[in-house]
Parts: sequence; C-alpha cells; structure tokens
Amino acid sequence: MNSLPGTEYIIAGLFLLFIAATIAGSLLAVFTVRVIRSVCGLALTSVGLAGLYYFLNSPFLALMELLIYVGAVCVTIVFAIMLAEPQEIVDESPRHSVLWSIAAIIVCTAIFWSAARLGVLGDWTTPAIRLNDGTIQDIGVSLLSTYSMAFEVISLVLLVAILGALAIARIGRHRHP
Amino acid sequence: MNIIELYQQPQPYLIVAAAVLALGIFGLLRRRTLIGMLIAGELIFSAAMLNIMAVNRFYSADPTVGQVFVLFIMGLAAAEVAIALSVIIAVYRNYRSIKTSELSELSG
Repeated sequence: MNSLPGTEYIIAGLFLLFIAATIAGSLLAVFTVRVIRSVCGLALTSVGLAGLYYFLNSPFLALMELLIYVGAVCVTIVFAIMLAEPQEIVDESPRHSVLWSIAAIIVCTAIFWSAARLGVLGDWTTPAIRLNDGTIQDIGVSLLSTYSMAFEVISLVLLVAILGALAIARIGRHRHP
Repeated sequence: MNIIELYQQPQPYLIVAAAVLALGIFGLLRRRTLIGMLIAGELIFSAAMLNIMAVNRFYSADPTVGQVFVLFIMGLAAAEVAIALSVIIAVYRNYRSIKTSELSELSG
C-alpha cells in the first residue's frame, strides 16, 4: 500500500503544519495592529482548519471551508476595509490600556486552560458502533431527508440576510449623497 | 502517544480549538474597530466548528450529523458577515469612523 518510504512521517508533518498554520493565523489575526493583516491571519487560520477537517475524515467540509471562508468571507471583509478604511491607532491612555489587556489575557488563559483540560481529561465515551462513514453521499442523503427543513430555512436566512444587507447599505447612501 | 499517530487522537484537535476560542475572545476584548471585532468573532465560530468536527469524528455514532451541523454554522456565519459588513459601512457613512470609542452618541 505504502509505496513511498516514510509516508507516515510526511502525514504527521502535514498535520503539525496545519496545526501551526491555524495557531499562527489566529495569533496574526488578533495581535497585528493593521486590520488588513488580521484578515490575512483569518485566511491562514481557515487554510489550517481546512487541513484539519481533511484529517478528520471530511474532505467536503475542507473544501467548503476554503470556498466560504477564504473565498467569500475574507474577500468581503477586504472590500469593507477598502470602503471604510479603518486606521487602528493606539491613542487611549496607556495605563488603562495595559490594565485592560492584562485582564483580557487572564480571562483568555483561564478559558483556554479549562477548555483544553476538559478536552484532554474529560470522560468521553467512544460509541460501540458506527451507523455510517460520514461520506459525501451520507451528507447529501441526510441533508435532503432528515435535515431538509433546516436546509430550506438556511437558504431563506441567506436570502433575507442579502436583502437586509442591501437595504441597510442603501439607506446610509440616501442620507449623505 | 506517538507523534505519527497524533492525528488519530482527539486531543490535539480539542486543544487547537480551545486555543483558537481563547484567541478569538481576546481579540473581541482588545480590538478597537468594528472589523477587527468581526474577525475575532469569526475565529470564535471557527473554534466551535473545529470542536464539533473533532467530537463528531471520534465520539459520535453518526458522523454525518456533525458535518451537516458545521455546514449550517458556515451558512449562518456567512449571513452574519454580510449583515455586519453592511452595518459597518452604513455606520462609516454616518460617523466617518468605525472605531468603537467614537460611536458613543447614546452614552450622553
């Protein structure tokens, strides 16, 4: 089966690379000052997450993550940055700002520690049997049978969101011609 | 735990999801513009999706359910981004700024 020698090392290296991309992208998205760089961080996070989804046996979601997040969400945010030109200048009083970031770091470390501890040490039970393999065929069947109502409602939500976005953007345009 | 079989364990995925969640909440607290806060919110969504996918892969009897659920989350996140960005652009037209410290007309 494994024709190439050292295939498992390549796979493990790819896995670590995707984890590193996810973490580095999140750090970039949060800690950079310019907003355009944090959009790049979000895109890097999405690429890493797509790889992790591939390792979690769902290539369909990996593709969807790339299409929706990198292709749609990041590009839309870049358009909004070009239209609204946010310049993030640190002009608050530094003492207040430092206190606030120390509090934020403490809160987020507590959240990370408790969530990671729950994930590692939690008493999770593995199921005895698998009903299916979770392939694209199974997703399609369950989208059109069990979850067909939710599927239709999601499409309605997207339609209403697009119409609402158009309406909101148009109102502001009339006020300041 | 061998590093070669690391990707067949649930723990790395759950730890990465926890890290992305914590960074997203940190960004939501720290960012001073609306677009920065929106990006941090997207990070929180991504952490939730990775967590659902990991639990779905390793601890669920029906691996389809989590994938369908994550698809729905992606749709909702896309709708949220569209609405939030149009609100941000409308706010920018009225205030000429999207810094959260300057959008304080109601605070007196």
